[in-house]
Parts: sequence; C-alpha cells; structure tokens
Amino acid sequence: MGKYYQPEIECASAEELRKIQSEKLVKQVKRVYENVAYYRRLMEEKGVRPEDIRSVEDLHKLPFLTKADLRDAYPYGLLGTDLKNCVRIQSTSGTTGRRVVAFYTQADVELWEDCCARAIMAAGGTQEDVCQVAYGYGLFTGGPGLNGGSHKVGCLTLPMSSGNTERQIQFIQDLQATILCCTPSYAAYIGETMNEMGIGPGENTLKAGIFGAEPWTEEMRRNIEASLGIKAYDIYGLTETTGPGVAFECQEQTGMHINEDHFLPEIIDPETGEALPEGSKGELVFTNLDKEGFPLIRYRTRDICILSRKQCSCGRTLIKMSKPMGRSDDMMIIRGVNVFPSQIETVLIREGYSVNYLIEVDRKNNVDTLDVSVELTPDQFTDTVKELTEKEKALANAMKTMLGINPRVHLVAPKSIARSEGKAVRVIDKRKLHD
Amino acid sequence: MSVKQIAVFIENKKGRLAEVTRYIADHNVNLRALSIADNQDFGILRIICEDPVAANGILREGGYITTVTDVLAAAISDKPGSLAQILEVLSEAGVMIEYTYAFLSAKGGAYMIFRVDDNQSAAAALAGAGIKTVDQEELF
Ligand SMILES: [Zn+2]
Repeated sequence: MGKYYQPEIECASAEELRKIQSEKLVKQVKRVYENVAYYRRLMEEKGVRPEDIRSVEDLHKLPFLTKADLRDAYPYGLLGTDLKNCVRIQSTSGTTGRRVVAFYTQADVELWEDCCARAIMAAGGTQEDVCQVAYGYGLFTGGPGLNGGSHKVGCLTLPMSSGNTERQIQFIQDLQATILCCTPSYAAYIGETMNEMGIGPGENTLKAGIFGAEPWTEEMRRNIEASLGIKAYDIYGLTETTGPGVAFECQEQTGMHINEDHFLPEIIDPETGEALPEGSKGELVFTNLDKEGFPLIRYRTRDICILSRKQCSCGRTLIKMSKPMGRSDDMMIIRGVNVFPSQIETVLIREGYSVNYLIEVDRKNNVDTLDVSVELTPDQFTDTVKELTEKEKALANAMKTMLGINPRVHLVAPKSIARSEGKAVRVIDKRKLHD
Repeated sequence: MSVKQIAVFIENKKGRLAEVTRYIADHNVNLRALSIADNQDFGILRIICEDPVAANGILREGGYITTVTDVLAAAISDKPGSLAQILEVLSEAGVMIEYTYAFLSAKGGAYMIFRVDDNQSAAAALAGAGIKTVDQEELF
C-alpha cells in the first residue's frame, strides 16, 4: 500500500479535479432541485434554475444555506432522498440551539469513511497499524467516522470511544496502539496522565495522532507531541456536511487538504456573501457534491479561514484550508478591524489567564471602544495595586499585538462574569443601542 | 520580626467593600487594621487580624481571592517626627517602600505597617536606629 488512499483523486491535476467537481455539481443541483422542496424554493426565489449550473464557475449563482435553514427545515426538510434509502443518522450535541440531524445513505457512509481513510493514510497509517479510536461513538460523528476510515485502511481498530482514561492507556500499552484518534484536549489529557504514571514519550508505541472536533492551538500540538512522543495531525469536519474527514493534515502540517471531490469549498465575504479569490480570508462555504441523504448546497460553516492551492510536499493536489481562525457570527468590526473572540481567548490562554472573560464594545465620541474583563485567578493576585495594574497593561499589550487595536483590560473577581446555561456570554456590543 | 497581612481583591463596584467587611464580621474575624488601595477597576483591601491563617481560610471559603504577605509593624512614639525618622532610616538603608498605613494595637500602642521589598534589611536598619518592630503575638 502506498501513502495515499485514493491517489487518482488526491494527486489529480487541477483540471481533472475541476472536471470531476463540475460534473458532480451539475448532477447534484439537479437532484436537490427535484428532491428538496426547501432548497427548490430558495432557488426559485433567487431566480436560478438547475440548467443555469453548467460548471463550478456557476456555483456563485446558487443560494446559501445557513444554520438557520437547518433549524427551519428540521428534521426532514433537507432530506435529499427517500427515507427508506437512508441507513444512518448522526447528530450534533445541540449546545447552540436546535440540534442538527444529518441522514446518510450507504453511499454517503462509504464516501465519508473514504475521506477518513485518506486522513489516516496521510498521517502515515497502513494496514500494519493499530488505530485506537477514542472519539465518542454514537450520535457524534467522531467515533463512527474514524472507525470506518480505520477499517478501510485495514488498521486493527480499537473502538474505545472516549473516557475511562486508565483503560485507554492500558490498551495503548497492551495492544501496542500506533495511531490515536480523539479530541486534542483528550489527547493532551491522556499524554499528561501517561507522563504522571511514569510512561514517558518514548515508552509507548504510538507514532501519530489524528485530532479534531474542537479548536486547538499550535502550542497544544507541541505539548501533545512532546508528552506522547508522536506527530499530531489536525482533522476538520462538521456534522452538517458529513463529519470528520472533510479536510485533513498531511506530514507538512501547513493546513488541511480538503476532500474537494466530495466537498466543494468556497471563501466568501461574511458581510456581503460575495465569493472571494484564493488566498483571501473569509467564511468557509461547502457544497456536498455527491452526498444523497443530506446534500447541502453552499452551506455557510461560519468558520473563518484561508484556502490555498500552493504546491504541497506530500504530493497531494487537494486544496488546503488553514485552521479556522474564528467564527463569522462572532466577528466584530472594531475601528475598522476584524476582531474575533477566539483571538482574545488565545492571548488569555497563552498569558496564563482564565478563559472567563467578557468583551464589551461601545462607541464613545464616534470612536469604537473595546473593553475586556478577565476573571482573576488566585495565583495571579498580589497585594500591590502597581503590580496588578502592570498585569492589566501587559495583557492589553499582548492583545494589541494580536488584534491590531488597543483594548482596555480589566481584572475582575472570580465568578463575577455571568454565565448563561452552557456557554458563557462573551460579547456585548453596545454600539447597536446608539444606531 | 514581621506581621502577616491578608490582602483581598475587591472589584471597584458599589457595595463590594461593604459586602466583604460584612462577611468578615459575620465570621467573627476581629479586624485590627484595614487599608484600601485601588485603581479604576479594582481595590485591594489589606487587613491585619489576630489569627491570619484562620481568617484567610474563611475568606477563601467565601470565594474571595486573597494573598498573605509578611509586612513590618514598627512602633511609633507620640513624639513629632517619629514617622519621618523611620522613613529616613529605611531610605538610607536602600529599602523600597511599596505602601504604608497606620495601626493601633488592642493594647494601645501605635504602629506603622510597612510593606517593603526586603523585610530583613528593613528590620535590621530600624533596630540599628533603636526603632522596635514587633511580631504577630505582641500585637494582640
Ligand atoms: Zn500535503
């Protein structure tokens, strides 16, 4: 077995890829128009007919789908085929509003598992490997996706699901796992626990990890790689479009190759919806080129990233996406600069602060103001005002470097920032009150 | 020869100081000295009390952020110029003063609390000038 799962696609020329994409798109739009009344109505409202779509060049003519559409159409409104043709559902946790329920035909499951197999092989996986899947199994896509991919590669698959860390470590050691698949935070936890148990980075058989389903930083990558003695690969996906495996990292670790024969990516301006050229930073949009059960056309992921076709040393020609830099629905424009809460969070983590923070944006004398309140932790407290004031200033400077604009930082008492159910309220934009 | 001071973080919001002092009183902590320093965001309440270990535990249980610092308590006499003398001695010894506040002991003596960068050399310099610094037990 070579190092690619489907080299004819993964290393295809740009023209070949374009041809595959265009053919699939024309067919998919026609099928969706016929089978999905919800999307047909959107197309009609926009005055676009299936025959207007003749290649990927025409993609921009099609209407977008958003999270709100998924909510409105719940549960069957976006079903792309007869329910009797579907064999599986997967679902999101539903922490932010209504849960997403996605339907899969057997062909959908196959293509999803193919994508995960590509990811595993890009991380060096072969049929010689023992692949420990410590993502949750069940409605969550993480476990089933990597489990299927691991089967396709021919690895010995350990379907651990998440949790029971002691047992995870026992299996890594006893069954000599070589690839670990889980969330990056769980990988970090497993690594720490192993180190605490006296199992150093060189004292296990693991060589690679495939980590995704939540945002993680380069710093986390280094920590995981050091504690487990592995190379840590990123994987991207979302339940709406299929699950993990929409994009995956190769050994170059400079972005994730998108499986663009199945998921056609675009970058748009989140404000205007206008498609942006390659290399622009904007909102990532996906079109399912061949999914049958839950075929989404121009689905706005709300993830902000950059696409690049720069040649990759791994030999794959699939376009690469950067790690998402934030969420478009969280984006604030402050003094003309795009600011994401995730950037502020990154600084707080790096500087050792709690991630309980509140961003307040306001406008005073026609100038936007940015105030960040951060809950103080006991080990940061000192008895002099001078030192604490210096900490506020240092944090403000670190944020200025990251954001390009100067915030005011306020240290506040622990638990003083209100938490709503589940997710903390992070941003209050008071400018709307004045408009 | 030093005294344990508890510093408590309080937000600069209406009622926060009253809240923490009420909490301290409700838990029968007998305050001997209290001073506040602040900027526009927060204040630091500094207290001296008889059993600082217990008081610190009580405050932390109440969810307050605290830190315990060794500070110097120097006896000052009624004579004019006694504070000036202490400051001169510390300055000559090259001791940096972060902050200072006054304090009356239960036994009636008057003291100045000094938070300095180097307790040992400060205490030695003061002793050399015949100025007495006291420890926790002597205050109560
Ligand atoms: Zn590559």
